[in-house]
Amino acid sequence: MAVLLAIWAVVSYGCSILFVEQLNTIMIGGFPLGFWFAQQGSIYTFVILIFAYFFIMEKVDKDYDVND
Amino acid sequence: MVGVTFSLYLSIAWISRVKTTKGFYVAGGGVSPLANGMATAADWMSAASFISMAGLISFMGYTGSIYLLGWTGGYVLLALMLAPYLRKFGKFTVPDFVGDRYYSNTARFIALICAIFVSFTYVAGQMRGVGIVFSRFLEVDVNTGVLIGMAIVFFYASLGGMKGITYTQVAQYSVLIIAYLVPAFAISTKITGTNIPQIGFGSTITDGVHAGQYLLTTLNQLNTDLGFAEYTKPFAEGGKSMLDVFCITMALMVGTAGLPHVIVRFYTVPNVRAARLSAGFALLFIAILYTTAPAIASFARYNMINSISEVEYRAAPTWFTSWEKTGLLAWVDKNHDGIINYQAGKAFIGTPDFTGETGSHGQLIVANTYADSDNELYIDRDIMVLANPEIANLPNWVISLVAAGGLAAALSTASGLLLVISSSISHDLYYRLINRNASEKQRLLVGRVMIGIAVCVAGYFGIHPPGFVAQVVAFAFGLAASSFFPVIVLGIFSKRTTKEGAICGMVSGIVFTMIYIINIKFFGGQPWCFGISAEGIGAVGMLINFMVTLVISRLTKPPPQSVQDMVDTIRYPRGASASINH
Repeated sequence: MAVLLAIWAVVSYGCSILFVEQLNTIMIGGFPLGFWFAQQGSIYTFVILIFAYFFIMEKVDKDYDVND
Repeated sequence: MVGVTFSLYLSIAWISRVKTTKGFYVAGGGVSPLANGMATAADWMSAASFISMAGLISFMGYTGSIYLLGWTGGYVLLALMLAPYLRKFGKFTVPDFVGDRYYSNTARFIALICAIFVSFTYVAGQMRGVGIVFSRFLEVDVNTGVLIGMAIVFFYASLGGMKGITYTQVAQYSVLIIAYLVPAFAISTKITGTNIPQIGFGSTITDGVHAGQYLLTTLNQLNTDLGFAEYTKPFAEGGKSMLDVFCITMALMVGTAGLPHVIVRFYTVPNVRAARLSAGFALLFIAILYTTAPAIASFARYNMINSISEVEYRAAPTWFTSWEKTGLLAWVDKNHDGIINYQAGKAFIGTPDFTGETGSHGQLIVANTYADSDNELYIDRDIMVLANPEIANLPNWVISLVAAGGLAAALSTASGLLLVISSSISHDLYYRLINRNASEKQRLLVGRVMIGIAVCVAGYFGIHPPGFVAQVVAFAFGLAASSFFPVIVLGIFSKRTTKEGAICGMVSGIVFTMIYIINIKFFGGQPWCFGISAEGIGAVGMLINFMVTLVISRLTKPPPQSVQDMVDTIRYPRGASASINH
């Protein structure tokens, strides 16, 4: 979970805000990369994170036999 | 179109009417994760998301990302740190958790006041959204529109409670997402030849003077030509600083995770596993709209500049004059050339105040004082999404579809909020604090009556919108971030947190945030805390709350053993389906 939260922080605050200027110098198609992270990429990452958490916890609960 | 969707909502409500408080507050705890995900998405995406957000991004460019990031990122916190644990705890409301975990009715009462305040703030905004849609598309008076909306919400919320609302919201989600995507696909295809808007706004333009250029590059050029900052440029001069953007994003994220009407949705699913899964579905459904919004924003900006900038007023498109009548758009001919000069800066002071006369070009004359700039156009950001299909010349049925979508977004959020208000008062105040012996029947009745009262108050705000709606929204998020989030997180993850710590934390977080916002918004004070604006100060309030709670908890005597044991059980998922039967 700490890893997932770290990814959350790096993508949303790092790529989209703190380093957006540096990343904007890179163009992917018609998108400056930092701008893309802020308006598209981080949202996709968030969705993936929550589903990843679901599957990881599913496994943990089974292994420790505390599932419902 | 609107009539069809309304009768759909009403029939769902009739089928899912309820008789128990459990059904009324949390839909009996038996909603499937997929349905709950959709309902949460509809509940979350309000008139602000549907109508205003793309418009804001359209005018703000990169800085508009604060809303995109803030209103989605919070779900990660919610899914990982709150939802599953609160579901295991298994009560009806957020104040319930705060009251039981901190073994204190004072804490319960403070949480209750926050929940009610946050929810009312929100409802007022929804009703304004309903008013805008009705006044432009249904050609009825705004007041009649609000009354119709109120009657419908009251009917299905009081009849079906949470159960009725949940299934109506599933239908409303379908309506609003189709209404959002159809015009986006059509416009994307028209401008860039790419069907998918998410890819389209990074593609090249197909016709016109800018053919062959990337859309975003073109927007940067157009913006610079008109004196605005580049569309994709972060932290531009006169805009928000990096620290400010950082704090606003954090306050919105944490605020989202602390909003009572979102949290309560996770009580409606059968178990902890379903709570985790439905958070995933909720964000997935939200992401469909939230990734489309920035695309719509850039298409709208491009279309708007192309269709009206440097165009003669007499030759302006029809959407221009029809929106002018609503008072959300106005043109003043400063240099008397009959041409719409759109540039950076304000056209005049305040919102349009039409004198009722028309000028030499047929424009409606305003009584406002001209602002010191060459800009001649006043345009309200809220009209961008609604006007977008008209600006892009899409057929009429698309335009009425968008109206139905806007109403679905406003009504679904309003109903979710009204239920939170009603359950907070009937459950937390009436049942837990005033009359512990109330029967099931009495509590249901109080719940229904409270919905009635809440609808009337909301309707009053819809008909007489307070001039400070925009200001109070900063309040809602700031309060949710600085009050609920820290005490819930610490309540789950730190057994040592005591009631004294939680109460002092909540109070100091709220008081700091409130004073800061009131000073800026109502007394025109300077943002003295490193230039952080009122919208972002909730992030600082949250840190203060965390620190105060931690320190005071260490200084006071530890919570009773029963509470510590309760915290232990919350962390294990087994047995959640039983815990709701209390």
